[in-house]
Amino acid sequence: MLRRLNRLCGGDENRVDSRTIYIGRRPCLETEVFIPSKFCDNRIVSSKYTVWNFLPKNLFEQFRRIANFYFLIIFLVQVIVDTPTSPVTSGLPLFFVITVTAIKQGYEDWLRHKADYEVNKYPVTVLEDGRSVKKESERIKVGDVVEVVEDEIFPCDLILLQSSREDDTCFVTTASLDGESNHKTHYTVPDTEKDLQALSATIECEQPQPDLYKFVGRMHIYKADQEPAVRSLGPENLLLKGATLKNTKKINGVAVYTGMETKMALNYQGKSQKRSAVEKSINAFLLVYLCILISKAVVCTTLKYVWQSKEGQDEPWYNQKTQKEKDTNMYLKMFTDFLSFMVLFNFIIPVSMYVTVEMQKFLGSFFITWDKDFFDPEIQEGALVNTSDLNEELGQVEYVFTDKTGTLTQNNMEFIECCIDGFQYRHRDELDGFTVTDGPVGKLQQKAGLEKEELFLRALCLCHTVQVKEDGAEETPRDQVDGVDGMFPQPEEERCFIASSPDEIALVKGAMRYGFTFLGLESKSMKIKNRQNDIEEYKLLHVLNFDPVRRRMSVIVQSKSGETLLFCKGADSSIFPRVKPEEVDRIQLHVERNATEGYRTLCVAFKQLSAEEYAVADTGLREARLALQDREEKLMAIYNQVETDMSLIGATAVEDRLQEEAAETMEALQGAGIKVWVLTGDKMETAKSTCYACRLFQRGTELLELTVRTLEDGRIKREDKLLELLRDYHRRAVQDAPPVKAGVTRSWSTANQEYGFIIDGATLSLMMNPPRDADASLYRNLFLQICQNSTAVLCCRMAPLQKAQIVKMVKNSKGSPITLSIGDGANDVSMILEAHVGIGVKGKEGRQAVRNSDYAIPKLKHLKKLLLAHGHLYYVRIAHLVQYFFYKNLCFILPQFLYQFFCGYSQQPLYDAAYLTMYNICFTSMPILAYSLLEQHMSIEVLLDNATLYREIAKNAMLRWRPFLYWTVLGIFQGLMFFFGVRFLFSNPALQDNGQVFGNWSYGTIVFTVLVFTVTLKLALDTRHWTWINHFVIWGSLAFYVFFSFFWGGIIWPFLKQQRLYFVFANMLSSVSAWLVIIILILLSLLPELLLVVLRKPRGPHSRQKKPGQSNVGGSHSSQSSARPLLMRTFSDESNSVK
Amino acid sequence: MKNEGETTERPDNTAFTQQRLPAWQPILSAGIIIPGFLLIGLAFIGIGVGLFLTSQTIQVLEWDYTGIAKDSPCFSCTIPNTPNCTCEITFALSELFKGPIFFYYGLSNYYQNFRRYGVSKDYNQLTGDTQYFKSPQNFCFPFDFDSKKNPIVPCGAIANSMFNDTFELYQIINGTKKQVPLDGKGISWWTDYNLKYRNPVPVDGSFPKAFDGTVKPINWPKPAYELDLTDQNNNGFLNQDFLVWMRRSALPDFRKLYRRITEGDYSGGLPAGNYSLTVHYNYPVMSFDGKKKVVFSNVSWMGGKNDFLGIAYLVVGSLCVVMSVVMLIVYAKFKFSDDDV
Repeated sequence: MLRRLNRLCGGDENRVDSRTIYIGRRPCLETEVFIPSKFCDNRIVSSKYTVWNFLPKNLFEQFRRIANFYFLIIFLVQVIVDTPTSPVTSGLPLFFVITVTAIKQGYEDWLRHKADYEVNKYPVTVLEDGRSVKKESERIKVGDVVEVVEDEIFPCDLILLQSSREDDTCFVTTASLDGESNHKTHYTVPDTEKDLQALSATIECEQPQPDLYKFVGRMHIYKADQEPAVRSLGPENLLLKGATLKNTKKINGVAVYTGMETKMALNYQGKSQKRSAVEKSINAFLLVYLCILISKAVVCTTLKYVWQSKEGQDEPWYNQKTQKEKDTNMYLKMFTDFLSFMVLFNFIIPVSMYVTVEMQKFLGSFFITWDKDFFDPEIQEGALVNTSDLNEELGQVEYVFTDKTGTLTQNNMEFIECCIDGFQYRHRDELDGFTVTDGPVGKLQQKAGLEKEELFLRALCLCHTVQVKEDGAEETPRDQVDGVDGMFPQPEEERCFIASSPDEIALVKGAMRYGFTFLGLESKSMKIKNRQNDIEEYKLLHVLNFDPVRRRMSVIVQSKSGETLLFCKGADSSIFPRVKPEEVDRIQLHVERNATEGYRTLCVAFKQLSAEEYAVADTGLREARLALQDREEKLMAIYNQVETDMSLIGATAVEDRLQEEAAETMEALQGAGIKVWVLTGDKMETAKSTCYACRLFQRGTELLELTVRTLEDGRIKREDKLLELLRDYHRRAVQDAPPVKAGVTRSWSTANQEYGFIIDGATLSLMMNPPRDADASLYRNLFLQICQNSTAVLCCRMAPLQKAQIVKMVKNSKGSPITLSIGDGANDVSMILEAHVGIGVKGKEGRQAVRNSDYAIPKLKHLKKLLLAHGHLYYVRIAHLVQYFFYKNLCFILPQFLYQFFCGYSQQPLYDAAYLTMYNICFTSMPILAYSLLEQHMSIEVLLDNATLYREIAKNAMLRWRPFLYWTVLGIFQGLMFFFGVRFLFSNPALQDNGQVFGNWSYGTIVFTVLVFTVTLKLALDTRHWTWINHFVIWGSLAFYVFFSFFWGGIIWPFLKQQRLYFVFANMLSSVSAWLVIIILILLSLLPELLLVVLRKPRGPHSRQKKPGQSNVGGSHSSQSSARPLLMRTFSDESNSVK
Repeated sequence: MKNEGETTERPDNTAFTQQRLPAWQPILSAGIIIPGFLLIGLAFIGIGVGLFLTSQTIQVLEWDYTGIAKDSPCFSCTIPNTPNCTCEITFALSELFKGPIFFYYGLSNYYQNFRRYGVSKDYNQLTGDTQYFKSPQNFCFPFDFDSKKNPIVPCGAIANSMFNDTFELYQIINGTKKQVPLDGKGISWWTDYNLKYRNPVPVDGSFPKAFDGTVKPINWPKPAYELDLTDQNNNGFLNQDFLVWMRRSALPDFRKLYRRITEGDYSGGLPAGNYSLTVHYNYPVMSFDGKKKVVFSNVSWMGGKNDFLGIAYLVVGSLCVVMSVVMLIVYAKFKFSDDDV
């Protein structure tokens, strides 16, 4: 509504959907009045603050956090109202926290300022009136023609006009943008004039948007006496700010987006924050403590007025009220009393907990980066932590959604075999030609016709977007797939290919082995060397790009002889409907068999285009490409129109080997009670075999299949069949299954029938959007219940968005389980972003997944340690940290609360202000921080060996209400002990052997001493892993407390109004009784804890040592299982699957 | 971005970064816990017995002299407007009350730990800073200026409400009263007397002149520099009784040290016989249901008589012993059979 209003009121030209940029002379059209549009300048401002607004803005941002705001309120109350503790006690910690955060943010911002300055002042060359002018980068305006030389970074988003390379291309790397370090080719706008000075053109392009891979625009080139020429602009013409020019001496480009409107700057905004379950628990506990706090204050206020109503209590002669107190309205007084009590007890909600939690997370995440087990020698990289907020969530994962290609498998493709016209060709050795190993039934050792063979191989050679890397002088002559050194066997020729997908390289190489070599693409003509070592040339007319929805790509080429050919390759499901049915039968058999063996299959089809057909397609494509709006949809329509009536020539099989230890990892995850779902775009058979190979499906697993195939039933409609099947599976997997305890505690023994569930994309979308809306929730519930009772779920033929949909559905299902997505490709980004924890695998498909992930690891196998060891430990650490923090503040404040009953509810603090302030900052903060960073209640090896241990902390086990209650009760018990123990001692305050008496500050100091020692020793009891750091901080903080108390009480501090603690501590220590009471109270407070340690003991050693029976579930199988072939090809589980 | 630099290198292979710091992993096994509990229990029982016996040897004599009951000796003094009222408590000792004896006065339902009361003093005055004599800090309100706007020194509620009952102890030998000397020195904390509080520097050699322009606290009969007419060094803010009073009690029922009996014939204690305690009854407590008492007590190494500690140690000690026995039984039954670690 507001936006609409805005648009109505301030409808200026900025709101239009595209922008127009003028290059060179303005086209003086009479009809148009030239309005110079305002674009932002090229200054990059990544910094948040300036010197002037830093303080207010930073403070504002910080106080937007609820905790900080709460403490600010407390502080203000202390300043305004007459409160028991000075504002310093809460002001100082708050000030400390705010200052530290501000310094950290200020420093980071200063770094950004510096970086900005460097970027903005970078000298660039701009062509102005035919001369090259040196300018500072920030002065570039939209429409300026900028010159960039090799290895320079583009200063803004440019449309490439001219390149020093002959073929009108240039190479860039976008390593700093998306981490992909391969060279990408960009093209100049065709038909621009060589003389840029004479160029007069306008560019119409969309308004800036952050997608790095999308750009639509149109360029009108005006020539003196011609109709303006129109050229379409796409992402291949756009050079992004931040990318680097490579292998090209010099380019000229016109600035289209500058400064904050560049795609890089638009991408700068961080992703949305994910919040961990622990944080939610903290907030819940916080609410409880807030209630405790308020009820304490209410109780005290009420009792105060009840007590005062007694004769003589309100104002004894020795303690008269001030005039102001007498004058104040009773209710106002009550309210200020309430506030005073709130202030007195406010320490129960610890300001330092947030700081400690943040520090723990920040520092703790380094252990992931540092872990050398995550270091992969192949890519020379370790793990990457993009956010430290989710460390503990790694210990809570219930569902793992994994991509198949590149994650479960290596995405390291090798051409295995092909099938031409129904005959199978399997490559055996380097011998020239084919070795036919197998053929269709009855046609053994036969070959397809030579013509077909060559057509097929030509198709392989032509239908791709592979580039040949020229004179690999500067780099090792290896195949490059997105900057990752491949592991391909080196071909004889030193030829390296660059492609966005490893499949394509594998296919081109496969063709090469059979005698057809792709030589490269030069000025729109593709050269291939055929078997006779002749060079064939094809003119590349159009590339119909691959996309995951169409699942195919095509090229249209023109051969020397003038024939126009369309070659298409793609998934069988997208090819088969577009070819003649009779051809399908011959090849389908092979495709299916290859798929069952775990190979990736692609079908190749071709079509000869007549001149008319081509003309139609050509205009259609050109028009669609020029469209500024809905270009994607229009292109898609044309693609679909062109890619019809093709004839199938063959199929290929490419092997994608399993990742190292994929099976062990999956087994460990399942042993840990984690449900593993495989979400893949691949076909069912391939995916299924991978699942078997990863042992997600076992031999005994009963497969419940919900795919297009099972839905095909002539008699009834698909929707009805779907429901019928769902009901059937539900009965089998859910109702008939023996009743088990919820989810993860389900025993993972082989005695139970296991179910594997398979669903494909088409069925999923049918289920998500059923014809009748009413069924939606029914379908979904049935589906979810089946899935939850299956050991593994396989979702194949998934579009990227469907992956995210599934994750979202599970995430929002009952009990809101914690989900983790792991993937390596751009198609996994959506699910990585959707899941609670997103893990990127530093794979071969670029860096998009890594960029969008929360954690990135080099290999799938690292997931095991990441979850089972790091996740488990982080969870235990932070859960303990949180509970401990609440506990220690409860028993800190409880004595102060109890003291009110003995001091006439006068808000007299029990502890000195210094103690109140320092308790959380100095005396008790370091041990718990050290604990929360170093604790290993079980060693990492044990955690890795016994995956079942992961289940012990599942479902936020350590932060549920029961443990919280335990800690709270413990805190209350100890608080009572501290207070009343000292209370009874003080029934005779003459505690020194010289008969002198102790006063109220001595009382507080004794309680406080007991408190500090007890909570520290409680932590010491909980510490299972004593490194020297633990020793140092635990004993160190106790020593510091003693030292500080002496110091604080040993000097008359000139800045203090009252020397309350002067020699109180020293006097306390001179009293034997005080010593004795301190000792006994500490012991008594820890006694229940000690008892529990002992009583819990019988379970202890078992969980800590390997249990031979149980560890089988976990990873100890591995030694035996790794000997087994990675791809089990012998399984005959088809019979198990439900048809 | 921030981790970009680190990831390109192989992570450091140090014990710390790999979370493999050598660590001591304490396992509280039955073999440690049970003997540990037993040992602690026995030690505590030992200490408890010692404490309890010590506490039992401490002699205490205590009288409430508020005078609420009509037949109590100080009843007459509770009637308002009886200035300089004295009353007498007589008592007999059948055996020697071993010295050194500490003479306390006690107050109950008296909230010295009231917050408003507690802050009502001016520390700067009490360190002899005459600047603050003229303008007491406003915490002292309503005891900072008298009705004629003269500044009060020492100001504040604590000083104003200083306990002003005085006592004289006599031994009655053959009908004649023999005064028992009461030692007023060393009843306050050494640091309070010597370091924390300081008197103002005498003006022209005269100590009272330092207090010129100020008035005594409203409830005081005499100004601060005349608190002890017998001993010049016990005046001003360094008066022992004043210092004792200024150390606020922790709880509403408290006792404070009044005198010690350490001198003359009584350095060994009060011999058996009849005694009379003369009370100069000045301090009103009836208005707030307070009670006053006097306590004679000797002390041990653990201070005054306090049975709590001894009992607590006995209870906790025996608890530990009992628990160790229970654990032993539990472990013998369930643990040792299947755990041979």
